Amino acid sequence: MLIIKNLHAEVEEKQILKGINLEVKPGEVHAIMGPNGSGKSSLASVLAGKESYHVTEGEVKFHGKDLLEMAPEDRAREGLFLAFQYPIEIPGVSNVNFLKTALSEIRTYRGLPQLDAKEFLKLSREKQKLVEFDAQLVNRSLNEGFSGGEKKRNEIFQLAMLEPSLSILDETDSGLDIDALRIVSQGVNKLRSKDNAFIIITHYQRLLEYIVPDFVHVLYNGRIVRSGTKELALELEEKGYDWLKEEAREKAETI
Amino acid sequence: MGNDNEIIDNIANKEYEFGFVTDIEMDILPAGLNEDTIRYISEKKKEPEWLLEWRLKGYQAFRKQKLPEWQNFTLPSIDFQAISYYAAPRNKKKYNSLDEVDPELLATFEKLGIPLSEQKALAGVAVDAVFDSISVATTYKEKLKELGIIFCSFGEAVQEHPDLVRKYVGSVVPHSDNIFAALNAAVFSDGSFVYIPKGVRCPMELSTYFRINTENTGQFERTLIIADEGSYVSYLEGCTAPMRDENQLHAAVVELVALGNAEIKYSTVQNWYPGDKDGKGGIYNFVTKRGICKGDNAKISWTQVETGSAITWKYPSVILQGDNSTGEFYSVAVTRNKQIADTGTKMHHIGRNTRSRIISKGISAGQGQNSYRGLVQIGSKADAARNFTQCDSLLIGDRCGAHTFPYIESKNNTATVEHEATTSKIGEDQIFYLNQRGIDSEKAVALIINGYAREVLNQLPMEFAVEAQKLLSITLEGSVG
Repeated sequence: MLIIKNLHAEVEEKQILKGINLEVKPGEVHAIMGPNGSGKSSLASVLAGKESYHVTEGEVKFHGKDLLEMAPEDRAREGLFLAFQYPIEIPGVSNVNFLKTALSEIRTYRGLPQLDAKEFLKLSREKQKLVEFDAQLVNRSLNEGFSGGEKKRNEIFQLAMLEPSLSILDETDSGLDIDALRIVSQGVNKLRSKDNAFIIITHYQRLLEYIVPDFVHVLYNGRIVRSGTKELALELEEKGYDWLKEEAREKAETI
Repeated sequence: MGNDNEIIDNIANKEYEFGFVTDIEMDILPAGLNEDTIRYISEKKKEPEWLLEWRLKGYQAFRKQKLPEWQNFTLPSIDFQAISYYAAPRNKKKYNSLDEVDPELLATFEKLGIPLSEQKALAGVAVDAVFDSISVATTYKEKLKELGIIFCSFGEAVQEHPDLVRKYVGSVVPHSDNIFAALNAAVFSDGSFVYIPKGVRCPMELSTYFRINTENTGQFERTLIIADEGSYVSYLEGCTAPMRDENQLHAAVVELVALGNAEIKYSTVQNWYPGDKDGKGGIYNFVTKRGICKGDNAKISWTQVETGSAITWKYPSVILQGDNSTGEFYSVAVTRNKQIADTGTKMHHIGRNTRSRIISKGISAGQGQNSYRGLVQIGSKADAARNFTQCDSLLIGDRCGAHTFPYIESKNNTATVEHEATTSKIGEDQIFYLNQRGIDSEKAVALIINGYAREVLNQLPMEFAVEAQKLLSITLEGSVG
């Protein structure tokens, strides 16, 4: 579904991704961990097409197409979803109106018929229930005045509504209390299927107790320095990142 | 996402949708203004002597006044002698039914999305269409008549209801009010007239659609709305003009009179031709709009969506004379390219416990300049008067401007006056967020703008809110990459 080869990128002329290789297949959940500033969120931004990031080398194929050639909205329409670390507030635009527009654009792109008002409402109710999203928040302005937790839950609700094939969760667990974390994780687990995939970016192993990953990758200094299964996350939790940093440094020196 | 240059190009390339010209035979008065011009117009309209005299007083007042100098933009010089003051579709006597109206005219309004044939007209909206100087058709007239509601062209009202016209014309905006109002009093050609009898709630939206067609003409229409005690009316005006290289003057006057317990809701969707990207051509929209809450508990509410005109210069105001009366002003003004909008309101609190609410949303793009100018005046007898003002400005790009000139004068220390103001820019983060949900930048801007203006758009009657939303989106198409 997603194949990243030797991806290099910079922001403000600073190299932040230095050769990422990653393959994600349908049905898989990949966790990406790593210390602050290692390039985790940058990877998410590059994949989503944020303007300030420039790819200097490498390629990314998404469903066989060149992802890096596509405008951000087309990446979304092709099925790539980014749950933002800091969701944006848009005053005066109701959540429901926003979702209607988004869904309509995506369906148009895919040549699917539009949902009528009744079908949309039905879908919206189903998904609200699925991810335990407060009906009142659906009619409020998009993220305006939402608490941190409400914003994160809104991201998961949007994910549920838009049904992407690949979802990238950028530190969705940060700032969540234990109840919100449980609700968000349950939402994601319910949405997991053999056809879709998730990339979960997180600092902490805590989230991975709820959403069990198939693979864990450690990102450090713009490279994936280690990949493994969920046991790797436990090891990191126990030992911290320092030993990996040490290892990476040694490796760099020998090169 | 595009860069700033693309943005500017996109704005420049966006064409005005209503810029066509209707080919129709017209009676046009040669350019120039003197007493004979006024006598000609008055005679052409078979007006009574008192109205001609009033016009002539207006002309005298016009001659004595100078163009204002307090504005914060350069007012181009206007050659009042180069304008033709009367243009009317030829062969027009009096239409008894729509079947007699020139099909070319009907087609024009059809093209503008204003169907005049009643069976096709928007359900629940009665329309008066003004083409250049003359009202060409008023729909649903019979149905309204059953309720005693008068909705007709101004000219017709002068003939059929002279007492009402004589009593109220100039009572809110005097013939000498300001230079453009004085000019209008002298040469006004037509417009709409509405009278809602006591206790009647007008069951449909009343609407006037103004169209300037002929070259070198000004449009000077006059609207008078009287809501008798305990009545209610909601009124909407819309307007467009062909694209022309020279500027055209639109100097209208609107007077609203709300008697005790009456309510008037007046909405405007203004889309005159704004000129091209270099600021060539476009309408000078210099309009005087004022209402009076004459009786206790009366209410007047102005809502305006201003997207067109080269220069918009107007301050729909309310005189709050009756105790407990309410004045409201809701405005969205968009400027792009080299457009200028200087708009706002005046709320004159005279009666006790009077309330006013001002919500102004300016949007500037390109090199557009947008000013809010407002006056809240609390008189010495206006005990417990209250005002709330909110002025928001939204900037798109870095070559436009937003200005706020709020004036507050209070002579009563029991009054409460609140003023809030914000300025913001559309963030790239906001656009990227919407992009990431499959929405392209153009639609993203439209969504953000409509969200920003929602408080005002919500005040519009349902049918027009949708139209106004579309208009805002179209106007700002390509404003942000």
